[in-house]
Amino acid sequence: MLSTQSPLRNAENRLILWHIYTATGALALGALFGLLQGFSRANFLVMPSWFDYYRMLTAHGVLMALVFTTFFITGLCTFAVYRQIERSERSLTLAWVSYATMLVGTAMAAITILSGNASVLYTFYAPLKASPWFYFGATLLVLGTWGVAADIFANVIWWKKRNPDTLIPLSAFMAATTFLMWIIATLGVVAEMALLIPWSLGWTPGIDVELTRMLFWYFGHPLVYFWIMGAYLIWYTVIPTTFGGRVFSDALTRLSFLILLLLSTPVGIHHQFMDPGISSQWKWLHTMLTYGVVIPSFMTAFAIFASFELAARRAGVRGFWATIRFLPWGNPVFTSAALAMLLFIPGGFGGIVNSSYAMDALVHNTMWVVGHFHITVGGPVALTFIGAAYGLVPVLTGRKLFAPKVALAQAWLWFVGMTIMSLSMHWAGLLGAPRRTSDVTYMGASGAQTWHGEMLGTALGGTILFISIALFVYVAVGTLIWNKPESAPSDFAFAPLEPEALPTPAVFDRLPRWGAVAILLAVLAYAGPLQEQLSQHHYLAPGMRTW
Amino acid sequence: MNESIHMHRAEKLWLRFGFLMLAIFLATITTASIIDGISPPSRVQTIDPTKVAQTPPFDHPGVRKISPGHYEVYYVAQIFSFNPQSISIPVGSHVTFYITSSDVEHGFYIPATGVNTMVTPGWVSSVSHTFTKTGKFLIVCHEYCGAGHQFMAGSIEVQ
Repeated sequence: MLSTQSPLRNAENRLILWHIYTATGALALGALFGLLQGFSRANFLVMPSWFDYYRMLTAHGVLMALVFTTFFITGLCTFAVYRQIERSERSLTLAWVSYATMLVGTAMAAITILSGNASVLYTFYAPLKASPWFYFGATLLVLGTWGVAADIFANVIWWKKRNPDTLIPLSAFMAATTFLMWIIATLGVVAEMALLIPWSLGWTPGIDVELTRMLFWYFGHPLVYFWIMGAYLIWYTVIPTTFGGRVFSDALTRLSFLILLLLSTPVGIHHQFMDPGISSQWKWLHTMLTYGVVIPSFMTAFAIFASFELAARRAGVRGFWATIRFLPWGNPVFTSAALAMLLFIPGGFGGIVNSSYAMDALVHNTMWVVGHFHITVGGPVALTFIGAAYGLVPVLTGRKLFAPKVALAQAWLWFVGMTIMSLSMHWAGLLGAPRRTSDVTYMGASGAQTWHGEMLGTALGGTILFISIALFVYVAVGTLIWNKPESAPSDFAFAPLEPEALPTPAVFDRLPRWGAVAILLAVLAYAGPLQEQLSQHHYLAPGMRTW
Repeated sequence: MNESIHMHRAEKLWLRFGFLMLAIFLATITTASIIDGISPPSRVQTIDPTKVAQTPPFDHPGVRKISPGHYEVYYVAQIFSFNPQSISIPVGSHVTFYITSSDVEHGFYIPATGVNTMVTPGWVSSVSHTFTKTGKFLIVCHEYCGAGHQFMAGSIEVQ
């Protein structure tokens, strides 16, 4: 019965759907560019000068790493908060203004990139100078997410005022923690934009290159954890609903998110291990802190597999293979997330290699790193989000999922394609193939033939992934077009807690306090390297357009 | 770990394993850094990129023999080439590379070796390597620097 759905709930659902479908659009366009990149590197084609490789690579990076992920997470976290903090009246004005700001920013940046005026890749390292519209657009995208954060915080504060002695509902807590981390992290990129925008407009003559790199990576690494926290929210509190499971431990779930809040930011220099101008002691410090942020992932791995096993046991199922068979492999929501988890095991260990101080010299800026972030953000994160979309869209629209068997095939194709592509990329990197390069044959130079086979593997994996994304778009669009709303949107509840777990310490709920500690840690980790930067006589670079 | 949090015995074991693994990794890295001097390239030396052509030793890029078996090589990275483009050194040499950029961000990487550094305008990068095998080594710029980035390469002939 449609009547059970309040108008407010319908309005909330519409807002969240816009986030999810904007993310889907970015993913589809980004996938097309990804396919063409794989073909370029395998020397199947040469991109024409009116749509060159680096313009396309910039678009792929921005659309996938910044637009797809961000819109999905803003939608997901808003959903978590609206569902767990039910209100009879709620203004959606701020949420819509934030969404519109993100969208306008995305359009500005995307048009600038596609017109060839911002071929600076998604890291936009100065002194490469893009059109100011690119920096304006990217800044608006980030500022829009601050609006989403404000909306999430306002709802959580509203709830906490009325329930001072109760813990914030778990999924809403995870959403608020994710956005608290995000605010602290994005301060870095907004500060960088405050330097880049006047410089790109010609108001300032030069820019401190190394300072902008440091500000970028202060943001660039926690960006990764922003994605992972979104995926973890789904793993902890949505996936158990697919097999009648429960959240293994409320306290440990919150603890892992608090560690992610504290340690996501003070680790960014591990992206700059090969940079001059930063002394090795700071690099060592950031190695150690990066290792610290591995711990919540260990906790998550345990908790998720425990939730599988405990549910199986309650159903009278025992033993490893019996537990595997017990899980709902016919459900694309579960299967996507489960395959995503499998991909995260090599992904996580590869990350430890990259963050291991001098060992990074073996892989830095090679295809290994490209393999690493495809098997992390492209694997666990993207596949989890796709699976979650299969669950969310029916909940939000009241329509059945269109072609669920295609959805299931899509998840498996993604897993196979990503395994082939990422393995090929990792291997190419170990052989020495550089990243971010349109053609890696170096005109037949000796030493550059060794990785050609891996480039073919990358193109093959990329083709399978492209087919997989096309199937996802088919299911996502088909659900809206060919399936009609047939019932009241199915009720959705996040996974319940294990009753045996002991109470969670109340101090976990004091998010402002944890946020203050996170800021303090970031300041401590960056004070030394920043002071070193600023105290040296530094050169202010004029902008250059080398494309 | 807070005593008031309930933790399963298996989870305690699992987390201990995790902590121990990371501690071993950190100890290995730290020991290698202190005893063998294996650290990432971290030179802190500034230069004015607009005056690279007038600043010794980058005004004359190329190979300098310091002592038998020890060489220094000075490189200027610029869109889209390295200067010098190709060099040759005897096998068994210990070579220290010094690289700086006269324009944008570049990279300096010899595939399948540990010679890997960013080249940031305003700074001098430095990295060392001992060449124990003869052959022709490729040097590539591994940071995107513009439309001709894929052509930015050099070579080292080890004889």
